[in-house]
Amino acid sequence: MSEAQAIAATDAELGLELATKPRSMFARAWEVFAENKLALIGLGFIVFILLFCFVGPHIYVTNQTNTNLDTYLCTPSGSHLLGCDDLGYDELGRLMVGGQTSLEVGLAAAVVSVLVGTLYGAISGFAGGIVDALMMRIVDAGLSLPSLMIIIILSVIFHPTPTVIIFIIAVFYWFGVARLVRGETLALRTREYVQAVKVVGGRPLRSVLKHIVPNAIGTIIVQATFAVADAILTLSVLGFLTLGVAPPNTDWGSMLSQALNYIQGGNYWWLIYPPGVLIILTCISFNFIGDALRDAFETRLQRR
Amino acid sequence: MALLEITDLRTEIQLRSGVVHAVDGVTLQVEEGETLGVVGESGCGKTMTALTIMQLLPNGGRIAGGSIKLGGRELTGLKPEEMRKIRGDDIGMIFQDPLSSLNPTHTVGAQIAEAVLLHRDVTKQEALDRAVEVLDLVGLPRAKERVEEYPHQFSGGMRQRVMIAMALACEPKLLIADEPTTALDVTIQKQILELIDDLRRRLGMAVIMVTHDLGVIAGRADRVAVMYAGKVVETTDTSALYANPRHPYTEALFQALPEKSAETRERLYSIPGAPPDLVNPPKGCRFAARCRYANDKCRAEAPELSGETTAHVYRCFYPVGAKEKTVAGHLTVVEPVAVTDEEVIDEQVVGGVVLAAKDLVKEFPVTKGMMQRKVGTVSAVAGVSFDIRKGETLGLVGESGCGKTTIGRMLVGLEKPTSGEVRFGGKDLAKSSGREYRRERRDIQYMFQDSYASLDPRMRAGSILREPLIVQGIGSRRDQHAKVEEMLRKVGLPASWTERYPHEFSGGQRQRLGFARALLLNPQLIVADEPVSALDVSVQAQVLNMMRDLQREMGLTYLFISHDLSVVRYLSNHIGVMYLGKLVEIGSADEVYLRPAHPYTKGLIESAPTADPAAERAKVHEGITGELPSALHPPTGCRFRTRCPLAQEICSTVEPELKPHGVANHLAACHFALQPPVEATAPPATEQVP
Repeated sequence: MSEAQAIAATDAELGLELATKPRSMFARAWEVFAENKLALIGLGFIVFILLFCFVGPHIYVTNQTNTNLDTYLCTPSGSHLLGCDDLGYDELGRLMVGGQTSLEVGLAAAVVSVLVGTLYGAISGFAGGIVDALMMRIVDAGLSLPSLMIIIILSVIFHPTPTVIIFIIAVFYWFGVARLVRGETLALRTREYVQAVKVVGGRPLRSVLKHIVPNAIGTIIVQATFAVADAILTLSVLGFLTLGVAPPNTDWGSMLSQALNYIQGGNYWWLIYPPGVLIILTCISFNFIGDALRDAFETRLQRR
Repeated sequence: MALLEITDLRTEIQLRSGVVHAVDGVTLQVEEGETLGVVGESGCGKTMTALTIMQLLPNGGRIAGGSIKLGGRELTGLKPEEMRKIRGDDIGMIFQDPLSSLNPTHTVGAQIAEAVLLHRDVTKQEALDRAVEVLDLVGLPRAKERVEEYPHQFSGGMRQRVMIAMALACEPKLLIADEPTTALDVTIQKQILELIDDLRRRLGMAVIMVTHDLGVIAGRADRVAVMYAGKVVETTDTSALYANPRHPYTEALFQALPEKSAETRERLYSIPGAPPDLVNPPKGCRFAARCRYANDKCRAEAPELSGETTAHVYRCFYPVGAKEKTVAGHLTVVEPVAVTDEEVIDEQVVGGVVLAAKDLVKEFPVTKGMMQRKVGTVSAVAGVSFDIRKGETLGLVGESGCGKTTIGRMLVGLEKPTSGEVRFGGKDLAKSSGREYRRERRDIQYMFQDSYASLDPRMRAGSILREPLIVQGIGSRRDQHAKVEEMLRKVGLPASWTERYPHEFSGGQRQRLGFARALLLNPQLIVADEPVSALDVSVQAQVLNMMRDLQREMGLTYLFISHDLSVVRYLSNHIGVMYLGKLVEIGSADEVYLRPAHPYTKGLIESAPTADPAAERAKVHEGITGELPSALHPPTGCRFRTRCPLAQEICSTVEPELKPHGVANHLAACHFALQPPVEATAPPATEQVP
């Protein structure tokens, strides 16, 4: 037995063997995440909202395709728990359908923009030099456009289906992600483990995909959660400006916009508060989760 | 009465995983005007003891018991505002990293003045005057002008001087220096240590010097306390400790020093394992698990601090040197186990030249402004040539900034030489490209200095080790796994550890992992850049032994880069000494070390601290003065002339060439070499080191 092996043996005797099985990055991240109570509440709320919007309609069945003037603006009662709106749709059922659109658009826009932004930023940062300079000037230009105005113009030109809105929001959101990831890449590419790939003869793309992106995952995931919240808000703004999805489809912003007509005419609280509160709580929840994820993926904190 | 009296001090840190007993019953005294050295491996509680005295504990830390008396006044239990008055006034502290301890947005003068303003009833101007005064005291040239400068305008050594000035501004009675020179070069280290020693004498203050380096305190400390796992395991005056260590831990620390075996090239003694987990410390002697003399009694009972005299106490039942039977029954005499292998490392079989570097030059452009206008060049490597033969180790030494790392990076393809060529196995490395280039990368591998930074924290050990094989497309998935496991065993790690993440390895284990990665492609040459400089001396010995074993086993060739001459000398057949981008001396290891021809080499050898109090005290006024000049405007002629004690007119005009001195293959570039030149009649055909 060589001395080196003897040392390894004594390590085991000394109890240096790990007490627990090595856990994956995500398992360790979850431990840190679970310490943040606000984030847990946020996560709980998001799970509730997802169930509410996607499972709810199967339990609380309402007609959300045909208008019904018999139930025009009816007050909350046993048959309509949250009353009805000005087209006779059941308000609680409408919140579920509108929520589907809001969440779908929010999540999809976040995924698209983060994927594009991450790749663009990582490549730009890793390439460096003139390529980086050119790619970043494009981002600078994109970021200096008055995005909301252009989003409004685009949604007037194109028929606003959820898919179209997803891409319109994503087109403007990825610039910010790209810039953040590029900054992270600049810091990561000088790390020795990225250089080690070069020493063994690896190609640059390997460094980017296998080392830089996984190590920037904290930044990326955090940005993704904020992106969801932002996209939901943008959709709400579009809906509020009556540029959202077309009826009979709806989203929370459109519902709020419709409700505004009745803000002074009488006590129609069930039209205003539910969608407004849901938008706020959902966005706050995503932000709480993002904050906690930032800590969770900090390896420094995982090691405590 | 002692100035500082610490009795049974306990510090606990609350973590998620439990309570760490970082300092566990430490008793220490520091007399007025004396230097107490505190040594031990990292994680043994020496820094935490210092921080506890200052009450600067990390989050979750608290003093759990014991007392700290400064001049008779109890410090534990003081209110934060009372403690603030003591910190910086009665007790000053110097930290390891002088850059992060200084605020980059304030001038150094303002920062020192701040300390004075907090504790003394003075005006701003008086405080600034005091700042100039202390900066003068710590040997900062042109102190009056330089108080207006910012930390980034100072070199590392000068920043540490500023830190010392700040700690001294209020004339503390006690100065705590926590690894004050660990981040500095040996030449600067020597200057700083001398400065602290000199100030202690002039100001009559006491010093606690916390360090992992037995050499640093050898010539400076009056008394030494050796710490292990949160406890003081041995304490006595310096000469007694160095001459006659009684605790097996202290003994092992001494035996692990490469300088002890440099001439014989014997294997180093390494302490197996790592210090115990301080969340659940073992109930017996804390060192028992790693001690070669331990028996059942040691594992069951904790020894008290005791000794034949009160002046030399240690925590051990069977101290080193005592002829006593162990309780285990069998008649083993507790005597040092033979530390070294039978086989003394012989001259390895050295073959032909594998790598020849010729006139390597690397210049980094200095650019300014948005248009990247070139305003100058940093001459990092300026015409360096050397050969490396198969199976040998060439050591490269020099201060930081001398270009040794740049050379290593050029060899492994991380930097492109500005000019010059590297021939590997007869082929010019710069000529190949694409697929061929990637293929050639297999033959020269790199071992990084910081094994933690060089291992992707998001990857498991198995994936990290497989990566070179995947990149080079060697073997099937199954072959790769088998190869990885075999390599783990070779470097002394269990093959089952492939599932672990880098942070689940200890420092020494990570360095083994880094070495395993370098070996996987079966390279001919390994460039090892400071592979042991971040490790404790005991672990350093493990890694050095392993590198040596595998060199013999696999016929490896090393280029070993280090700032530590004793490590380089221990491992190398040949040593090259670099100064500011130039190779100033090269020759066989013993020639260079025992008969240095270049004044710089001589200065480096003198500056390196050795664990021998008498020798350290004797060389007070040796070493190299001044600091490394800027590589942006290197001195004309001989680049070393600005710091050279022998420099004359000719040194600034004519650049010396590498010429043989002493013996034929010992080259030095100096007009006034310390060894007689050898008249080169006919250049020796076989021995053509550069």
